[in-house]
Amino acid sequence: MNNLSVDHLIGIKDLTKEDIEIIFKTADSFKQVINRPIKKVPSLRDITIANLFFENSTRTRLSFELAEKRLSADVVNFSAASSSVKKGETLVDTVNNILSMKVDMVVMRHSSPGAAKFLSERIGAAVVNAGDGTHEHPTQALLDSYSIREQHGEDFNGRKVVIVGDISHSRVALSNIYCLQKLGAEVMVCGPTTLIPKHIDKLGVKVEHDLRTALEWCDVANMLRIQLERQDIKYFPSLREYSMLYGLNKEILDSLSKKITVMHPGPINRGVEITSDVADSDQSIILQQVENGVAIRMAVIYLLASKIKRQ
Amino acid sequence: MEKRVILDQQYFGITLNRLAAQLIENHQDFENTALIGLQPRGINVLTRLKKILEKELGKEILCGQLDITFYRDDFRRRDTPIIPSVTNIDFIIENKNIVLIDDVLFSGRTIRSGLDALLAFGRPNKVELLAFVDRRFERHLPIQPDYSGKTVDTLSSQRVSVEWEEIEGEDKVILYTQEKTDE
Repeated sequence: MNNLSVDHLIGIKDLTKEDIEIIFKTADSFKQVINRPIKKVPSLRDITIANLFFENSTRTRLSFELAEKRLSADVVNFSAASSSVKKGETLVDTVNNILSMKVDMVVMRHSSPGAAKFLSERIGAAVVNAGDGTHEHPTQALLDSYSIREQHGEDFNGRKVVIVGDISHSRVALSNIYCLQKLGAEVMVCGPTTLIPKHIDKLGVKVEHDLRTALEWCDVANMLRIQLERQDIKYFPSLREYSMLYGLNKEILDSLSKKITVMHPGPINRGVEITSDVADSDQSIILQQVENGVAIRMAVIYLLASKIKRQ
Repeated sequence: MEKRVILDQQYFGITLNRLAAQLIENHQDFENTALIGLQPRGINVLTRLKKILEKELGKEILCGQLDITFYRDDFRRRDTPIIPSVTNIDFIIENKNIVLIDDVLFSGRTIRSGLDALLAFGRPNKVELLAFVDRRFERHLPIQPDYSGKTVDTLSSQRVSVEWEEIEGEDKVILYTQEKTDE
């Protein structure tokens, strides 16, 4: 079967391993497309997509918009800052109003966990979750795993990935854990006790509080950003202390017994979770992640759109 | 399903050789010509022709593989999406003479998509079409081959399949006919 098992992309939790593999395979072709002189295909000529960003975003939003445009879809953008949400309109009302303008698919980022699922149950369009609060960020996880696949090969069995940083507030961490585990990789989370959820080991991940031990164990390190905007209280004494204990610098990286791959979902806080020389080193695949993001999002949109039957 | 061989191993080889000879007639030493096979089954024709031509001319022929999945006109009309194959054109097609190659020419829709896909790589000087089997009278679009291996008159309910020694074990073309059922 070449069909996804879902009609919406709410989270990696709902996907099967086969779904993820179909997305990767399709993304391979789109990666070729976006490296051609003409980076566009006509597949989605008759599809209109609304990008609803109720929360700030640069990379994800640009990446989705580019992906949509390279598939020839019509795109409307919406950001909460300049909309009627500020006037008190509910989410469903806002979206239904946009849908009456004949939109086939909605890409939504929202600060409330579960917003994408809530919406998908109430509207008649395909929903792609572009991040819902601290819940999931499926396309980011897909592009992260896709980038690992590109570096280390298609077989994830035995591949060891550590996610370092603010696990509690990170949707990227949760989606990555689901995605990597479905593909067969081993996952470890690493960070200060205050930033690691209490029962995360129930998900089958290893927990480590010492950065060096974690890095010695892994093949790939995914360094997360400290999400100061989601932290209502102090979780660690100072950024300086965090950076000394959990920041990845060239010194630690060079002292490891093997060469590991360094990833970061962006935006980078240079000098906090990762130093500039590491971010710009040849072990870092941060910019490849961004490039792969467009291909992955094209694949997701293409595959979901193929399930919207033409009237 | 009734099965009839319409081109057997012996004539299969003769046909391929004739197509190669026709290509040489029109393109001489292939100085400015490239062959592009359409994924998936056009590649088989391409591979064979390339072998014959290279032996005949004693030089390498520029070849590419083109996948047309994203250019199809039946997206969202099918039950399951097609997972695309590889596109591999590592040369510039600008101002080149291109021969598009496919195994069976039927409605012409694949070729239309192929032309679209091809133009995303630049503006060729000239594009020709080679079909190993031409199912004439079944066209939905005004598209005709410049070179055809075998022309067959078929019904749209029939199916033509080109089989290859390296894949199916023997070179042949088979015509499948749905058996009549009493109504």
